[in-house]
Amino acid sequence: MAEIRVLVLAGGISHERDISLKSGRRVADALTDAGISAEIREPDDEFIGHLMATRPDLVWSTLHGAVGEDGSIQDLLQLSGTPFVGSDSAGARLAWSKPVSKVLVSRQGLATPKSITLPRSSFKEMNAESVLAMVGTELGFPVIVKPAKSGSAQGLTKVSDAKSFGKAMVDAFAYGDQVLVESYVEGTELAVSVIDTGNGPVVLPAVEIVPESGQFGYSERYTPGQTDYYVPARLSQELLDEAAEVALAAHNALGLRHLSRIDLIVDESGKIWFLEANVTPGMTETSLLPQAVIAAGSDLAETYGALARSVARG
Amino acid sequence: MTNFDAWKHAYAARAENLAVSEVRALFSVVSRPEVVSLAGGMPDVAALDVDLIDKAYQSLMANRRNYALQYGGGQGDLRLREQIQDLMALEGIHGSVDDITVTTGSQHALELISDLFLDQGDVVLVEAPSYVGAVGIFRHKEAHIEHVFTDQDGISPEALEEAADRLSAEGKKIKLLYLVPNFANPSGVTLSEGRRKQVLEICKSRGILIVEDNPYGQLYFDQKPPKAMRSLDEENIVYLGSFSKILSPGLRVGYVLAPPAIREKLVLANESAILSPASFAQILVSEYLSVANWQEQVESFRQLYKTKRDAAMQAVDQYLPKVETTRPAGGFFLWLTLPKGLNSKEMLPLAVTELVAYTPGTAFYGDGRGAENIRVCFSHPSAVNVKVGIERLSRVVNQQIELIETFGKTE
Repeated sequence: MAEIRVLVLAGGISHERDISLKSGRRVADALTDAGISAEIREPDDEFIGHLMATRPDLVWSTLHGAVGEDGSIQDLLQLSGTPFVGSDSAGARLAWSKPVSKVLVSRQGLATPKSITLPRSSFKEMNAESVLAMVGTELGFPVIVKPAKSGSAQGLTKVSDAKSFGKAMVDAFAYGDQVLVESYVEGTELAVSVIDTGNGPVVLPAVEIVPESGQFGYSERYTPGQTDYYVPARLSQELLDEAAEVALAAHNALGLRHLSRIDLIVDESGKIWFLEANVTPGMTETSLLPQAVIAAGSDLAETYGALARSVARG
Repeated sequence: MTNFDAWKHAYAARAENLAVSEVRALFSVVSRPEVVSLAGGMPDVAALDVDLIDKAYQSLMANRRNYALQYGGGQGDLRLREQIQDLMALEGIHGSVDDITVTTGSQHALELISDLFLDQGDVVLVEAPSYVGAVGIFRHKEAHIEHVFTDQDGISPEALEEAADRLSAEGKKIKLLYLVPNFANPSGVTLSEGRRKQVLEICKSRGILIVEDNPYGQLYFDQKPPKAMRSLDEENIVYLGSFSKILSPGLRVGYVLAPPAIREKLVLANESAILSPASFAQILVSEYLSVANWQEQVESFRQLYKTKRDAAMQAVDQYLPKVETTRPAGGFFLWLTLPKGLNSKEMLPLAVTELVAYTPGTAFYGDGRGAENIRVCFSHPSAVNVKVGIERLSRVVNQQIELIETFGKTE
């Protein structure tokens, strides 16, 4: 079989640039270990020219944030006729918007915490104080306030009372024009990855997340030692099976392909709640999808290599 | 179970503070050319005459190659120390060549000094705000960092006296006063001549060692700053100097002038940490100082940074009328104070979207203050880009003002 050339797209101008670069290097290293030639590029002004001139067999984007997950880079790659790893533009768009993805999965009968999406413009017209008071009363504290379109926990706050609501909104709006306010569900936090290396989507073992500080924020995600992970999660086999079903159902409801990470919470009663889907999951040394791959008994080179070869075959 | 750190049980307690931060992650965008960075305190090395460096390099290779490629002494090259002695004379300092130790940048000198003097809980008095790299070292040594009120004329002697007496009365050991008296990083302010004497007397009478850090002294725009504090006293001051701003930070050559007893320990500590400062870099600096017209180069830097300072001041006046700024007479920095209620750290994601980067004021405090401040570094971008960056910053500030006006009253 002729050698495959992969262009790994990483970096970009986004709040998650640093994470993207780390993810990109990890993916490129694993592909190299699998005997695949991998080149890392930035999505800069020379990118399209380089893509068309070198015509790689496929592109693997680890671009996080809007630049990589809102569907636009996928559109460009589709236009260029280059095969690429990950969801197509339609799937990316649906998953990127947390409010939209919540609607779609709930239509499939999955549970997702009650929420409201507030665009910045709505506050210009209405009195912020009364809007937040109503939201607080309706959802009940604590609530999670987060940018409606983002990853990596930036701008996310758990709000326990009306007093700190305003500040949390300011923090979240710094990352985008829409904010999602969601009822807080107490329970076991799970990340369930789905991967398809050519034989249909396979659900990987669920990763249970136990941050030392109680909240899985930026520092807890990326500082080794600040979060304990259990793979598989410490739940009954029955619940683990159910979580796998929910993750797969969400992956399919959003029309995702190749790989995704579905974030869930299992509450005390055993009910499983969908939080969000990620089409470009982190691939860093502390990220969740690589942990799940290893827990499933594979290694990264083998799995990423199989995925790349499957995409190259078309 | 995994936490990705098999050595979590084994770290020293002081390693606890070393965690990744969102602010650091946001800074990674500054490497993209589309982003105007007012963040890093970097000199404009592109303005350095490369022929001068080439001349110094040729001379090194022709005359001192084997010496430059070999280990050196722990105190640093003697010839370079003689040249440093001449350089310090420009600041009014008379120091012995024997009391100079060459270090890997003056940051390393500060690390060595801190290691010699600071036990856990010891007090270091610093300006408000203070240099981020110093705050980092003192925090890592688990020192108590006490910021002392600072205004346009530098650190306030009255506030210094009050803090020293208060902390002594609390039974705390006050070990050091760390100062950047000329065109301070980050505030840009200069300690007045009168205050230099007062500060010295206050510390002398209380047995507090002054660490005088002077990387920007030669980069004055109109008139020279007052003579170095070290010119007034030999026993109570450790003086730090650097080639990072007048030549190149990539060479990592700095130095420390200390009283003989301290110097003795510094040399031993230097040897213990790194055996010897990099010979190659030292000899290159030494050759540069002997074969190149470095004074002319420094003069051209003064003109260049003055032009950029002017561009920055004009842009702040034009685009940020509600923001207060210091007016530095040299160095690299403006210190901005935002309208009440704004938080420079919270604004940083908006800045990334607007393609401008700055350093939030909180980086320059060890006690959580500084949220309403921004350090603007005007030395590295072109004068045009300094203006563009500040215009973008104004958009960020306006968006944040709008958010605060919307949600502020809900708190």
